[in-house]
Amino acid sequence: MSKRRSDWAQRPQARFLRWMREGYGALDDEIISAVAQPAAQRPDAEALEEHDRLIGTHRHEREMALDRLANYDLQRWANTRGRKALTRLYVLLALLLGASLIYFLLDTVAYMPRFGQVAVPTNNEVIARYIEKGLEETGAINIVAGMILDYRAFDTLGESTVLFVAACAVLILLRIDLDDQGQPMQQLIAEGSDDRHYEPKNDRILQGSAMVLTPIILLFGIYVLFNGHLGPGGGFSGGAILSSGLILYLNAFGFQKAGRFFTYKIFMWVSFFSLGFYGVAKAYSFYMGANGLNSGIPLGTPGAILSSGLIMPLNIAVGLVVACTMYIFYALFRKGGL
Amino acid sequence: MWQALYENLEQTVAAILFGIGFTILLLQRNMIRKIIGLNIMSTATYLFLASMGFIEGRKAPIVMDGVTDAAAYINPIPAGLVLTGIVVSVSFTGIMLALTVRLYRRYRTLDIDQIALLAKGEDLP
Repeated sequence: MSKRRSDWAQRPQARFLRWMREGYGALDDEIISAVAQPAAQRPDAEALEEHDRLIGTHRHEREMALDRLANYDLQRWANTRGRKALTRLYVLLALLLGASLIYFLLDTVAYMPRFGQVAVPTNNEVIARYIEKGLEETGAINIVAGMILDYRAFDTLGESTVLFVAACAVLILLRIDLDDQGQPMQQLIAEGSDDRHYEPKNDRILQGSAMVLTPIILLFGIYVLFNGHLGPGGGFSGGAILSSGLILYLNAFGFQKAGRFFTYKIFMWVSFFSLGFYGVAKAYSFYMGANGLNSGIPLGTPGAILSSGLIMPLNIAVGLVVACTMYIFYALFRKGGL
Repeated sequence: MWQALYENLEQTVAAILFGIGFTILLLQRNMIRKIIGLNIMSTATYLFLASMGFIEGRKAPIVMDGVTDAAAYINPIPAGLVLTGIVVSVSFTGIMLALTVRLYRRYRTLDIDQIALLAKGEDLP
């Protein structure tokens, strides 16, 4: 250690090590000093106001101008010479990396078995078993539904849980808290997190078409949900259609009316009951099946609406979770709450 | 190689789309565009999986007229895998967009480099 010279700290290795350890180097010093110095030709907010008064800009243009103003120094620094050369090098390397990735993938594709042929490794005894025994064992005409909701049901439970957790994460990130009086915090609304103040309300055309379309879309969603074991469709697609109907209603009639039937409580209980029912029902079915017992769930006649055991209730549970998740995504991004 | 690529056209397109999405992820500094690039990558994966399941001259795996012969239907497993992929893609897109909204509210920019610099500046003594 004593062999280190006094200028060690300035040498490239030492700087690299420091950058590795602290993530903070000489470049950052340069940036911070550059940003800290006031620029001569920096546009100020007053000039922007004057410009607004004269021309009357659109809201979004105005916000963009304000954003540019907020980060003006940083953008000025990004256009300096050394920085530009670095950026160009980076772009070149990125393009090279992307091109080589495409090349290697294409090289692999050229060695893959030909498209649409029978004798491919993926077409093995697992698929033969699913198709030959699927109808008999699950009772579902739609083999994909029988597969994802019977043979591989825990995979689908995991997917529904992923959706629910994603909805919770977005809720944590975007929800606007209420203050003591039960009103949304004004500061957050002022920051532009509540988007709907700027949109036209009670649009007659939208309301008229929503009045006709919403029941049809909801009915179609329910049809797709209930027909998951009989044809194309199922929980995920049906839930997505249901939520699109709900979002159309929300757009046309506003949050106050939609909030009468869809609240946080409803979201919580519907998700809880759907996921809980799914987990319990499938755990029971798997437990009985694994121990060679008769689960006592009738499979019914294939092709009838009430058939194929648990698949239809599970489809409904999944569809409810999907619909709630999509709707709450939209409501949170739009307003920050329900 | 070109003949093989032409015969596997779907998979070729999937590979090119995947590369384009990855390059967008590297090149664009705007967070929204990065998210779009990631979504292009996942779409390429769905195309690849769906094309792997197809078998010439066979029908979709929905039992018609009681035919349960394995030689009559295409491979049902890729459909289930694509379903999983779509759900995960929707979830991560939602979370990433929410994070982007929060970052934008704090730093008033979508440029990831600027956000990193501004965040670093905040940490300094």
